[in-house]
Amino acid sequence: MYDPTVARLTYRGLLGRRRALILGALPVLLIVISVAVRGFTGADDQVAADVLGGFALATMVPIIGVIAGTGAIGPEIDDGSVVYLLAKPVKRPTIIFTKLIVAVAVTMVFSAVPTLLAGLILNGNGQQVAVAYTVAALVASIAYAALFLLLGTITRHAVVFGLVYALVWEALFGTLVSGAKTLSVQQWSLAVAQKVSGGDLVTSDVSLTTGTVLLVAVTVAATWFAGQKLRTLTLAGEE
Amino acid sequence: MSTLTIDHVSRWFGNVVAVNDITMTIGPGVTGLLGPNGAGKSTLINMMGGFLAPSTGSVTLDGRPTWRNEEIYKQIGIVPEREAMYDFLTGREFVVANAELHGLGDKAAHRALATVEMEYAQDRKISTYSKGMRQRVKMASALVHNPSLLLLDEPFNGMDPRQRMQLMDLLRRMGDEGRTVLFSSHILEEVEQLASHIEVIVAGRHAASGDFRRIRRLMTDRPHRYLVRSSDDRALAAALIADPSTSGIEVDLQEGALRIQAVDFPRFTALLPRVARDHGIRLLTVSPSDESLESVFSYLVAA
Repeated sequence: MYDPTVARLTYRGLLGRRRALILGALPVLLIVISVAVRGFTGADDQVAADVLGGFALATMVPIIGVIAGTGAIGPEIDDGSVVYLLAKPVKRPTIIFTKLIVAVAVTMVFSAVPTLLAGLILNGNGQQVAVAYTVAALVASIAYAALFLLLGTITRHAVVFGLVYALVWEALFGTLVSGAKTLSVQQWSLAVAQKVSGGDLVTSDVSLTTGTVLLVAVTVAATWFAGQKLRTLTLAGEE
Repeated sequence: MSTLTIDHVSRWFGNVVAVNDITMTIGPGVTGLLGPNGAGKSTLINMMGGFLAPSTGSVTLDGRPTWRNEEIYKQIGIVPEREAMYDFLTGREFVVANAELHGLGDKAAHRALATVEMEYAQDRKISTYSKGMRQRVKMASALVHNPSLLLLDEPFNGMDPRQRMQLMDLLRRMGDEGRTVLFSSHILEEVEQLASHIEVIVAGRHAASGDFRRIRRLMTDRPHRYLVRSSDDRALAAALIADPSTSGIEVDLQEGALRIQAVDFPRFTALLPRVARDHGIRLLTVSPSDESLESVFSYLVAA
């Protein structure tokens, strides 16, 4: 199910200079904000939870997910170089699964690691806030990577759709409209984080069971569907 | 030995019919797929390579369908027309990756790079390669698993004459070894130099098939048009019109060029450089006008 060559090509493509810069920008911003906040307000659990929940989990994780998930396959389909993967006796679901693993790993490294660091800077993991949000970032990374990998497989405008989902749906509706809250990767991952923190600083609008089931369902369904789409991917000529 | 069978294949995109009821069999040796731009060559090659489903009909390689059949790629090597090819890798990394995806190792990659004589630049990034170098590395990636069928989409596009010659030699060798080699081109002279067997596609339809000499005769029956720019257009025109291979010359003032109509193609192509040299005229542009080719193709369709 996992092909090391596909993984290597995907990593090299994803972590090329330009994309690596974009991937690194938001984590750096998060750390800078955390240092500044800590400097101005001192260690405050509520502020730490606000920064990690409002910026790290609501904005940074989905955006990193969009860049890594769509970037793991979109550019290859766009420029046609995916033909070198497809013209091989390698199962299409293997290609998708491998790319998912890479996208998940990259999303985790660029979102969960800085979240933990930021949490430690903000309040030294008081009330488990840093660890809780890190766990949320980790589980959200998996679902986001799968969703955006699927987007990258089915549309040329994956980045636009991905950003609209991440910024408009998750960050805006997800916090304002109650219906949208149930259908939000952010809320599902918060349900897991809530369990970890145990306190009332980290809360979710969905139950742990609902959150976990939906996270798993979305990840599995998106990955399966992407594999099917790749099997029938049409490489139109330039005519 | 592999045989590719295209059986009553059509492909349409919405209302546009790109390939219209084509039936042909491609056997061992070199076959040229000839047709003007937009004739449906790429669509057909994409269906042959299993990247596109025929709307109707079937494409099979030794009896097995090429569409949705990954196993077929153990036998097929593909050289796509598009340029993109993991530019951030070196040539060697790229070919090694292609070998690994076939379950092969470095040795196969090195052999393929040696076959296309690219060892000297194998450690340079692909992004620094010229068009011809890219083409050769693409070729190496297609040869790495020793395929019995080789599909090349416009492989000579943008190559200089020397690179073109090298690639032709290589393809000829592949054909002589008993591989089935199919390449597409919109330039008759290119196809003629390489392929003994030609399939002509015009407007999505199979217009002619067979030995190039037959198609060549159809071609020589038609006047050829060339657009020529030189250091002294009028002197060149005067010298050319004296020869019976030229039937008409127009001085196109707007374009700053000569529009030459030639009736005897082989004779004219030998005459032009000789006349230029004898009169001390520098040739700046010599390009066959597209219309002449188009007219030959439409002639073929009518025939």
